Amino acid sequence: MSQSATEAALTSRKDGQFIHFDKVTKRFGDNVVLNDLCFAMGAGERVTLIGPSGSGKTTILRMLMTLMQPDTGTIRVGEDYLHHEERGGRLVEASEAHIRKVRQRITMVFQSFNLFPNMRVLRNVTEAPVHVLGLSKEEAEERALGLLAMVGLDHKIDSYPSQLSGGQQQRVAIARALAMQPDVLLLDEVTSALDPELAAGVLDVLRDVAKTTDVTMLCVTHAMKFARDISHRVLMFCEGKIIEAAPPEQMFDSPEHERTRSFLQSVLEES
Amino acid sequence: MTWDWGYAWETLPQLLDGLGVTVLATLAGTAIALVLGLIFTVLRRSSSRWIAIPTEILVEFIRSTPLLVQLFVLFFVLPQAGIELSAFMTGVIGLGLHYATYTSEVYRSGIEGVPAGQWEAAKALNLPARRVWTSVILPQAVPPSIPALGNYAIAMFKETPQLTVITVMELLSVARQLGAENYRYLEPVTIIGVLFLALSLPTAWLVRRMERRLVPAPRPV
Ligand SMILES: Nc1ncnc2c1ncn2[C@@H]1O[C@H](COP(=O)(O)OP(=O)(O)OP(=O)(O)O)[C@@H](O)[C@H]1O
Ligand SMILES: [Mg+2]
Repeated sequence: MSQSATEAALTSRKDGQFIHFDKVTKRFGDNVVLNDLCFAMGAGERVTLIGPSGSGKTTILRMLMTLMQPDTGTIRVGEDYLHHEERGGRLVEASEAHIRKVRQRITMVFQSFNLFPNMRVLRNVTEAPVHVLGLSKEEAEERALGLLAMVGLDHKIDSYPSQLSGGQQQRVAIARALAMQPDVLLLDEVTSALDPELAAGVLDVLRDVAKTTDVTMLCVTHAMKFARDISHRVLMFCEGKIIEAAPPEQMFDSPEHERTRSFLQSVLEES
Repeated sequence: MTWDWGYAWETLPQLLDGLGVTVLATLAGTAIALVLGLIFTVLRRSSSRWIAIPTEILVEFIRSTPLLVQLFVLFFVLPQAGIELSAFMTGVIGLGLHYATYTSEVYRSGIEGVPAGQWEAAKALNLPARRVWTSVILPQAVPPSIPALGNYAIAMFKETPQLTVITVMELLSVARQLGAENYRYLEPVTIIGVLFLALSLPTAWLVRRMERRLVPAPRPV
């Protein structure tokens, strides 16, 4: 792919730019993880990030989830800046209230599930809808039961997370995230901690989510078949830069960049 | 000097009254220490430096000065500032305040034991700060802290005799009074030793049992 084709693919294929990274830089000490990163995603777009370990994929997701702040640059979600807000015509550090308002639209599923071990499955899923969205207990439970049925765990509502397999826990975590009816769903290697069979179940659930909702998805995964099935675009990261961006067929079947080719080769050998 | 059973028997009712005061002071002091320690811990973790640092200094100050001195300050200085409390109340507040600095440490390590992923999940669900504390963090941090908190309650129980210096009629004060009136200390002092032992031992045993149940064994690496 030519340089300008990559640039074209860097901007969203869907209309509008719903998520917008503008010259985002992130360092840890001397380690420059992201350097003037620019990229945009459209509403409803599903993008997969691939790239070698340490290339900054998780960092991007964590910044979108406001678990981390960019050192310089801005991130916008819809009309709003995520870590900043405009006050008196100037861009200043966002207040907690502003962050909470924007963060409402985003949620994340983690590699290590992070279910609340002190709550039963049902309450894991109803807790935020009740206390963040203001749903009544009945409404939240109805929503939770629907989602737990979708992930095939409606028979486990009274279990504690410790009584579930990793795959089951991750499916509950997906139900818990979807219960927030997010606009953006972030998925960071959600099957890396799972055995292949359990991973397959989780990926099927996510395929279902991709097919039946128009949630914007940004995922990091090594499951290339899955990435091919659900993604509109795949971005190849290397040393904090996007070195290649293309639709999945193109990225996986005829990658342009030598680095992409060797990376894909190594992933194939691994699995 | 031989043991006088008749005298021992005679002093017992008064000593049991003293025991009541001791136990009550311990329970009330523990209640204060449990609540205040938690408040200290949450304030010390505040994102506002104007809250976190003064709390840290206060906690360090109270922890590094003797309880006895604090009791003197509360008992003799507060009234001069126009705050009049009974000796018992002063003692309870002194014990509670002093031990709150220890329980605060216990809560702190309990909270540090909650994996970072729990905070992150709470953020990903946009839970408000208060809810994060009450429904996610504390329910995971407090149970493993209970045995250590129990040990501090026992330690406080054994330190209640210090309240004698501010005229609280707890066990030691009663024993001293009996001894002074009758010129015989052996029996009352021995009895209070036995009473302390009789309450400390089973409580310590209970705490150790809870410890086995509540503190998770370290995970195999
Ligand atoms: N909290 C942190 N403190 C210091 N360095 C960090 C921190 N988080 C990430 N890094 C560094 O930032 C770089 C990018 O990390 P990141 O987790 O984003 O990579 P990744 O692409 O997700 O890698 P992987 O495929 O291994 O998950 C790495 O060099 C990492 O060591
Ligand atoms: Mg990562």
